[in-house]
Amino acid sequence: MSEKRTGAQILCEALIQNGVDTMFGIPGGAIMPFYHAMWEYRTDLRHILCRHEQGAGHAAEGFARSTGRIGVCIGTSGPGTTNLVTPIADAWMDSTPLLAICGQVSSTVLGKDAFQETDITGITMPITKHNYLVKNINDIAYVVKEAIHIATTGRYGPVLVDITKDALQASAVPDYSKKIFLPGYRPTVTGSKKQIKAALSLMLKSKKPILMIGNGVMMSDASAEIRVFAERYKIPVITTLHALGAFPEDHELSLGMPGMHGWVHANRAIQEADFLMNIGGRFDDRVTGKASTFAPNAKIVHVDIDPSEIGKNIEVEVPIVGDARIVTLSLLEEEPEETLVAEFHKNAAVWLEYIRELQTKHQHKQQYLNRPDTSTMLPHDVFAALTKAMNTRGNYRVVTDVGQHQMWAAQLLDWYKPRTHITSGGAGTMGFAVPAALGVAVAHPEDTVWAIAGDGGFQMTNQEMIVVIQENIKNMKVAIINNGFLGMVRQWQELFEGKRYSGTPLTSPNFQKLAEAYGWTGITVESVDQIDAAIERAYAIDGPVLIDFRVEREVNVFPMVPQNKSIGEMITE
Amino acid sequence: MKIHTLVVLVQDHPGVLNRAVSMFRRRGYNIASLVVGHTETAGVSRMTIVVESVNVEQVVKQLYRLVEVLKISDVSDDPVVDREMVLVKLHVTGQHRAEIVALTEVFTAKIVDVAANTMVIEMTGGPAKVDNFIDVIRPFGIKEMMRTGRITMVRGAKGHSGAELIDQAAE
Repeated sequence: MSEKRTGAQILCEALIQNGVDTMFGIPGGAIMPFYHAMWEYRTDLRHILCRHEQGAGHAAEGFARSTGRIGVCIGTSGPGTTNLVTPIADAWMDSTPLLAICGQVSSTVLGKDAFQETDITGITMPITKHNYLVKNINDIAYVVKEAIHIATTGRYGPVLVDITKDALQASAVPDYSKKIFLPGYRPTVTGSKKQIKAALSLMLKSKKPILMIGNGVMMSDASAEIRVFAERYKIPVITTLHALGAFPEDHELSLGMPGMHGWVHANRAIQEADFLMNIGGRFDDRVTGKASTFAPNAKIVHVDIDPSEIGKNIEVEVPIVGDARIVTLSLLEEEPEETLVAEFHKNAAVWLEYIRELQTKHQHKQQYLNRPDTSTMLPHDVFAALTKAMNTRGNYRVVTDVGQHQMWAAQLLDWYKPRTHITSGGAGTMGFAVPAALGVAVAHPEDTVWAIAGDGGFQMTNQEMIVVIQENIKNMKVAIINNGFLGMVRQWQELFEGKRYSGTPLTSPNFQKLAEAYGWTGITVESVDQIDAAIERAYAIDGPVLIDFRVEREVNVFPMVPQNKSIGEMITE
Repeated sequence: MKIHTLVVLVQDHPGVLNRAVSMFRRRGYNIASLVVGHTETAGVSRMTIVVESVNVEQVVKQLYRLVEVLKISDVSDDPVVDREMVLVKLHVTGQHRAEIVALTEVFTAKIVDVAANTMVIEMTGGPAKVDNFIDVIRPFGIKEMMRTGRITMVRGAKGHSGAELIDQAAE
């Protein structure tokens, strides 16, 4: 360890020491020394060359969200790093552990508007958990360690490290032993015992309890503990978009997704509940609808690792700051009187039966079941076939983009296992699916990874398909729900703006030919009777396949809560 | 809308003021006054932030999300010493000179510069006293004025030292 290394070599070694083995990026002038060095470390540090830094960032997000490990993306100074801004903002909104490594112009010209100089630490300050400008080679090893620590502890999030070219080129004897010194950063992971007791006693007094789980349950890998807790108290479970799969949807206690495009029975249950415990969700407006009308009868317990989330959108009775898994374990340690639990079980059973009646009345996957008598292909036909194929074959992970198809996927596919549903939630980033699926496919070569996108979002980042070929990735498939519109905007225009389809009709290239140009297998599906065969073929081919599903153009996602309305007021058709 | 005074200890790093101010801006919180400076502990800076907010608890929590923020105290209801300084340059003609000198004595202010037609007065005090002084002096003709903003320290044994926080983290 006493030998001199370049800053770039130190960067490689520090990344490897802190658990990084895969990175997604694009080289350029300022980051070149890093690329020069990483060649020596390529057996331990795989680099995947993307075609746009946004793609690299989303790929790193997909890698991170599907593994729980840090995702790493790289861009050079100037436009290379500004292209990373969208995935960084996306990771910020969805608390994804992301490390963005950016090249910066040399410290000698920094601040002088040098070629490809951009103040990326300034730009990303509001959308990172923390960021650094490193100008001294002696800081590199420590900053990498601290950055990954911050990104992967407490509430996860993106951290950006901007390193000047001269720091990467300089030589020094590295010191990897410096201990992390963060006097202002001590996340609370263990919930207060007193609050946990209060939460449980409040729960046991209730007759209409709901357990709502969010992203925090996924991020802290608390699925198993949540299941034990739910089963012990027989409490119905609602899973938000980012928690889909954290509680199996075929479980007798599962109610599915709430919110703007959640199920009527899930939303009604929230509105009628007298107790709601939210573990690891942040009461996003897409979940709560008009916040002042949310769960009006419920005493609310909110478990979140970030104290600033508690009381931000919804006032709560019992706040618990802590890690979702550790708090759930603490909840399980409590041993309330068995008579109380028996009484609670009895009431919860009546309550669950009531919710199931609501569900039967409003139908679970209602729009599919009330299928209009038409010969054209509905998105629902595609999702039904995909569900069947995925359930038959198992080992699937699905990455969705943003829009109508995203909500249909959330509603209509079956979610049984954690980290199998990956999407852009908080930021709603169109263009997420293809590159993020690439990251998931790299991380999980044993699984079939489906990117499901609309024809709009697909065209924002489809260039990353060629990376799949270059990297010889076999396990990725793309399904385009192609309706010739920016569909979700069109739906709002239809429902609230008198069908003025301003800026939403969309002409697309022939996606099958596009896929073929990229070296993929392309399939076009134009009618219901072609769906199953196409999916069969996609599975049969040992390599990337794209299916262009040309569905009925004007189909809406229902149920739906209009913006700023109570989740009690759903449009169902 | 209540006025709150926050004492915020932060690590003395480049950009930390920017991070704090940026958070106020993007979340729509209104800063009435902000002063930052060195403290008794090396590596720790201290801010006194006066904020107009309906929900100061959220302001505090959001500030705590910044990695370099060590400790935040809302001292709005504590007994405190509040001080700010003002420098005032007055246009002074001979006939008012004596009156101004008398007023500066009343306010325990200091005349720090005298020229042919001007005078610079330095005055330190609580915000209300500074307001009062400016009101009284204004009729004489203020040419320039600069207030520093408020710095605050809690009276008595209770305090806000960064030393302990730094020591704990170093262990």
